[in-house]
Amino acid sequence: MWSIYLNVAVQGVLTGLVYGLMALGLSVIFGVVRVVNFAHGEFAVVAMYAAYALFTAFRLDPLWALLPLAALFFLVGYGLQAALINPFVGRPEHEQFILLVGVGIIIVNVLLIAFGPDSRPVNLSYGFDSYEIGPLIVDKPRVFAAAAAIAVAAALFWFFRRTRTGAAIRACADNLVGAGVVGLNVKRLFALTFGLGLACVGAAGALLVTIADAAPSLGPAYTLLAFIIVIIGGLGSMAGALVGGVLIGVSEALAGFLFAPSMKSMFSFALLIAVLVLRPQGLLGQRT
Amino acid sequence: MIELWRIAPPRGRIVIALALAVLLALPLAADRYVISVLTLIFYFAYVGQAWNLMMGYAGQLSLGHALYVGVGGYVAALMWLKLGIGPWLGVFAAVAAAAAFGAAIGWLGFRFGIAGVYFALLTIAFAEFTRIGFDHLELTGGAAGLFLPFEEKRIGEWWNLRGGQLLFYYLGLALAAGAALLVALMARSRLGYQWRAVREDETAARALGIDAFAVKMAAVVISSGMTAVGGVFYAFYYNNLFPSQVFEISRSIELILAPIVGGLGTVFGPVIGAFVLTPLGEGLTAVTGRFGINAPGVKAVFYGVVLIVIISAMPSGVWPRLAALFGLKDHAR
Repeated sequence: MWSIYLNVAVQGVLTGLVYGLMALGLSVIFGVVRVVNFAHGEFAVVAMYAAYALFTAFRLDPLWALLPLAALFFLVGYGLQAALINPFVGRPEHEQFILLVGVGIIIVNVLLIAFGPDSRPVNLSYGFDSYEIGPLIVDKPRVFAAAAAIAVAAALFWFFRRTRTGAAIRACADNLVGAGVVGLNVKRLFALTFGLGLACVGAAGALLVTIADAAPSLGPAYTLLAFIIVIIGGLGSMAGALVGGVLIGVSEALAGFLFAPSMKSMFSFALLIAVLVLRPQGLLGQRT
Repeated sequence: MIELWRIAPPRGRIVIALALAVLLALPLAADRYVISVLTLIFYFAYVGQAWNLMMGYAGQLSLGHALYVGVGGYVAALMWLKLGIGPWLGVFAAVAAAAAFGAAIGWLGFRFGIAGVYFALLTIAFAEFTRIGFDHLELTGGAAGLFLPFEEKRIGEWWNLRGGQLLFYYLGLALAAGAALLVALMARSRLGYQWRAVREDETAARALGIDAFAVKMAAVVISSGMTAVGGVFYAFYYNNLFPSQVFEISRSIELILAPIVGGLGTVFGPVIGAFVLTPLGEGLTAVTGRFGINAPGVKAVFYGVVLIVIISAMPSGVWPRLAALFGLKDHAR
C-alpha cells in the first residue's frame, strides 16, 4: 500500500523539478528586475508548442530541443526587456501587470489561432518505458526531464556564483543604486537577466511537453503555478524555487491521487495561503 | 452631495447633466443591441468603481475581485432558488457574505504585513481556491452550473428582477451613477483622505496617527461588498452561474481594466474606461466578423495590443488626459 504513495510522490518530485526550473526563471526575473512577469506561463506554453513543432517536423527529441529553445528564448527575453519592458522598471506594479497581461493575452490567442484549442501530445518512442527500482516504478521521460531540469538549474547556479557577469547581476539585485554607482550597465544587465529567465522557461517548456500535452489554456495556469512556487520557496532564492517546485509537484500528485485530479491545484493554493500567512518571506527566503 | 455639485466646474456640470439626460432618454431611440452594450458598460463601470475604491484610493492591489462577484451572485441566486427570497433582500446577504470574504482576506494580508504583489497573489489564491471549491460543491450544481429559471409569464416581476432589457438598463445606469457618486463622496470624507495618505506613504500615514490597518480593512470590506452587488446584477441578468466563468482569473483581470485604462484613483476613470473598452471589444467583433475572420482569438489579440499601447502611452489613464484637454479638473481626486 505504501509503495503506491511512494510511487506517486516520486512522480511528483520529478514533475516538480521541471516546475521548479520554470519557476526559477520567474524568481530570477522578479528578484533582479523587480518586474512581475505575468506572462511567464504563456511563454512556457510557447516553448511547449515549439518543442512539439520540432518533434513533429524533424522527430527531434524535446530533450535535445531544449538547447536551441533555451538559446532562442534568451534572445526573445533580451529583446523584450530592451524594447518593451525597460520603461516599466520601477513603475507601479499594476502598470507592469497590465503590460504583461497584454503580452500574455496576445500569446495565448496567437497560439489559439495557429494551433486551435485542442491539446497536442508528443508521442516519444520511449514514452511508456519505465525503470523499476525495488518497489518503485518511474517513467523514463520524467526521469530524463527531471535530470535535464537539474542540469539547467546547475548551469544557472554556476553562472551566478562563478562568473563576473553573474556577480554583476547579483549586485543589481542587492543594491541597484550601488550597482549604478560602480558603473554597471544596469539596463543591459536587466535585459540579460530577463533573457536568462526566459531561457529557463524555454528549457522548462521543452521538458514540460514530455509530461503534459501542449494547450493554449495552460498558459495562465502555469503563470499562477510559477508564482505559487516562487512565493512558497522564497522570492529571490534560487534553491527555494526548486524546493517549492518539488513541494508543489508532490502536493499536486498526491492530491490528484487521493482526491480528484481537478482538485489538485486547490491544495497548491491552500499551501500558498498557508505560507503567505505563516512565513511570508517563503521557506528559504530572507526577511528584508 | 450638494457640496459636490457646487464645487464642480460649470462645464463639468453641463457635461454630467447632458450625459445623464441622454442615457436616460436613449432607450426611446436605440435598438436592442445598443441597449445591451450600454448595460454591459454600466456593469463594468460599476464593478470597476468598486475595485477603484480599493486600488485607486487605498492603494491595495487586488487581482481576485471575481471572488466577490461570484460570491454575491451565488448567494443571491441560492436565496431565491432555495428559500424563495427575492434579490432585493438577497442582495443584503450577498453583500454580507462577500464583505466577510473580503474581511478575511484583508485581515490575513494586512495583519501579517503582506503587501504589493504578495497581497495580489493572496487575493488570486483565494479566488482560485473558491473557484475549485465551487466546482465541487453540490449545493450550487458544481461545475455544471446554476441556472435561474426565466419564464415568459414572470416577465415584469421586477421585485424578482425578472424583467426585460430596460429593467437591467436602468438598474445598471443607477448602479454605475450611484457608485460614482458614492466614491466621490467617500473621496472627500475623512476616510478618503486617510486612504490616500496610506496609499502614498504608509509609514508616514502611521506617523500621523492614522490606523493603517483599520483604514485598509475599511477599503477592502466596502469594495468587496460593493462588488457583490455587481455579482447579483450579473447573476440575474445572465440567469446562469458557472464557477469556471465567474471566479476565473480572467474575470478578475477584465474587471480591473476599465479603471486602469480610464484612470486610477479618479471618479470618472472607471466610467470612461468602461465606455472606451467595452465598445472597443464589441467593435472588434464586428470588424473581424465583417472581414470574415471568425477564428477565435483574433479579437483578443487586438485587445492585448490595445492594452499594451494604452499602458505604454498613457500610464495614468485616459481620463486625466481628457480632463486636461477640456479644461476640467477631477475635483474628487
